[in-house]
Amino acid sequence: MHKLLTDKPGKKMLLLGNEAIARGAIEAGVAFASTYPGTPSSELSLNFFQISRESDLYFEYSINEKVALEVSAAAANAGVRAMCVMKHVGLNVAADALMTLAYVGVKGGMVVLTADDPFMFSSQNEQDNRYYAKLSALPMLEPSSVQEAKAMVAYAFDLSEQLKEPVLFRTTTRINHSSGIVELAEIGKRITQGDFIKDPLNLVTVPAVSRKLHVKLLKNYAGAMRLAESSPYNFVEGDGDCGIVCSGVGYNYVSDAVEDLQIADRVRVLRLGFSHPLPPRLIKDFLRHCAKVLVVEEGEPYLEESVKALAQEQGLTLPIAGKAPELFSRLYEYNPAQVRSIMAAYFEVPCESPAVPDLSDLPEIPQRPPTLCAGCSHRATFYEVRKAAEGLETIYPTDIGCYTLGLLPPLSAADFLICMGSSVGTSGGFSKVTNKKVIAFIGDSTFFHSGIPGLINAVFNNHDFTLVILDNGTTAMTGHQPHPGVDMRQLNLEGFGRVSIEAVVRAVGVPHVTVVKPYKVKKSIEAIRAAIDFKGVSVIISQETCALYAKSLKLSRRKPFEVTDKCRNHRDCMDNLACPAFYVWNERIKIDPNLCTGCAVCAQICPENAILPLKEKKAPA
Amino acid sequence: MKTTRLIIVAVGGQGNLLASSVLGEAALMAGIPLQMSEIHGMAQRGGVVESALIFGNVRSTIIADGEADILVGFEPAETLRALNKCNTDTVVITNLAPLMPFTVNIGKGVYPDLKQLQDLIRAKTAKLIAFNAAKLAEKAGNPLAVNMVLLGALIQTGILPLGAEQVREALQRKTKPAFLASNLKAFELGYTAAAQAA
Repeated sequence: MHKLLTDKPGKKMLLLGNEAIARGAIEAGVAFASTYPGTPSSELSLNFFQISRESDLYFEYSINEKVALEVSAAAANAGVRAMCVMKHVGLNVAADALMTLAYVGVKGGMVVLTADDPFMFSSQNEQDNRYYAKLSALPMLEPSSVQEAKAMVAYAFDLSEQLKEPVLFRTTTRINHSSGIVELAEIGKRITQGDFIKDPLNLVTVPAVSRKLHVKLLKNYAGAMRLAESSPYNFVEGDGDCGIVCSGVGYNYVSDAVEDLQIADRVRVLRLGFSHPLPPRLIKDFLRHCAKVLVVEEGEPYLEESVKALAQEQGLTLPIAGKAPELFSRLYEYNPAQVRSIMAAYFEVPCESPAVPDLSDLPEIPQRPPTLCAGCSHRATFYEVRKAAEGLETIYPTDIGCYTLGLLPPLSAADFLICMGSSVGTSGGFSKVTNKKVIAFIGDSTFFHSGIPGLINAVFNNHDFTLVILDNGTTAMTGHQPHPGVDMRQLNLEGFGRVSIEAVVRAVGVPHVTVVKPYKVKKSIEAIRAAIDFKGVSVIISQETCALYAKSLKLSRRKPFEVTDKCRNHRDCMDNLACPAFYVWNERIKIDPNLCTGCAVCAQICPENAILPLKEKKAPA
Repeated sequence: MKTTRLIIVAVGGQGNLLASSVLGEAALMAGIPLQMSEIHGMAQRGGVVESALIFGNVRSTIIADGEADILVGFEPAETLRALNKCNTDTVVITNLAPLMPFTVNIGKGVYPDLKQLQDLIRAKTAKLIAFNAAKLAEKAGNPLAVNMVLLGALIQTGILPLGAEQVREALQRKTKPAFLASNLKAFELGYTAAAQAA
């Protein structure tokens, strides 16, 4: 049985933040969940996926976040408790649906989880999604700890049903990827079937209806504000006159700093976990008791601006500060020492830090950047494209996935990236205003997510570029989640359809389409060259299962290769492929048989044909 | 209770997360408050995995630069890279078996000299316990048990509020039966190695 289905109220478990949130949803009786995978939210969805295979929870990996939000919105409008999970930038994709869903509202509870990523551990930006709550007028909750996150999910579902609005649940990486000891509560009853009652004059957002619905939304907003005033997640600690306003993980660093600085008798902390709409009475009352206030929040000055506005309304002139050159930055995540020293400086109390050693004499430590795996088919494709494009001036728009690592030398096949699907759209623009050959890269899952509209646009507007679809049969980057092109029977799962990328590409009218097997180097280069030579939109679909995924599924295992005595040390393999299975030993290239997957790509580019299958007896265990 | 801050650094695949979860399980069983966090962005692609474990009554789940009480490095260059987490009172435990970064393999970097690396760590921190954990893992019959060897060494120092028996029991709950005997053996070898190094 899945550990998150453990039916032992009161039992304590050590759970990852994402697991605690999933458990919180199960305790709240969530019956429907949808997602598009994205770090740091991925394990949450993975747990839902696993739970759905042994219970009546409905879960789906949707094609993108907008669709995920729509399927969940429909479930919630039929009265079923639904949760939709995505990373912060995913909410940009889903925003169109969210803004008007706020007008329409829900019947069953609906929680939309957005996982923000301050410091961009694995993201392209560190946008602060609290502004989506402001933009949509929807209520928002922000936990400070793993334990609180679990309890807050149940609260979020109740709040959603009370207000008849979806509730935004905002985490940051340090919630998702922290672990804590969590006490289990009872598992809620799942009501998996609902009913949809026709009510077009409240559910079909033509202008006349929406004008009425916006009024309703503002009424709900006022109701949410009243609830925020008395919510247990908004609370004050201490009765000093040094005020601190905080939310999220900032509260943890503040609490520990109050202890370390021994200023508990001087401070008054306002922790805002129900952080939209903010409770004006609670905040004004707090400010009246303070001599000066420091706002501690990662990201943008979201709380700070509101607190200052409320002080103005109240005619209070006490100093209120947060983001400032000498205080907090809008950049990256915070840490306990930083919060402690800024608090000490602002409130003029002494602060001791441990003596740190001088590290200026450390030798340079070689970097360990993430790199494409040994035998990764993307490496082969990048090599082949570079070979096919030799002599041409090129632009390589790329996309989001493992293959973004093609950025690094020697592959150097990434020139422009802004968001999911942008490889295709930007290629159209580059091809219209430059004379360079535009060759774009997109992964299979990203193609389904948001590459298709760009491709249709290119066919219609007669753009001139080559799109290389790197089809490795899974969503590799986030941990091998399925997508519509995956044969689900390989995972012993029945009842799924399957969409062929080639059929989609041909159906939208791309005039030049070729499928290649990237481990066949010469043939692939020829096909790519023909695609590059084609004037107009051409597509190469490069098909080979992700090497890691193939290993985990125990698909056919090829034999590892070795560099034989025929090697004349040209180093074409190292200089052009730089597969991590290579290493240099006594000035010669060697292949680590434990890493080599036997893709044979290096063997095909060796000018001496010196790379051959390892003799059977030497094969690794 | 006194707060104890532990950082574990490793290369993806070395079993840092399992080691952390064994300690977490032991703390749970012992009723010791614990906060943990991990950064494992692109571990599968050869990157570095860092865990922070904080024992005691605190709320923060991360450890600022200079604030670790103990640093355990599963790979020597990564231990050196994480020295910014240490202060002059920090105890450092490191495996001495390098995993060559790919950049070194392709001639784009020089791996630090192991003797110099130990001298530097020793000079800048309170204490260094260094040995070849990979060799001991092999001796235990499981080359992948480097994490368990280092766990043994960590517990031997007595810096964490956890005893060997508690960790052994957690280890039994957290590891697959097929690896249990070799993991326990690895734990013992690490424990002894740290005692000898002390």
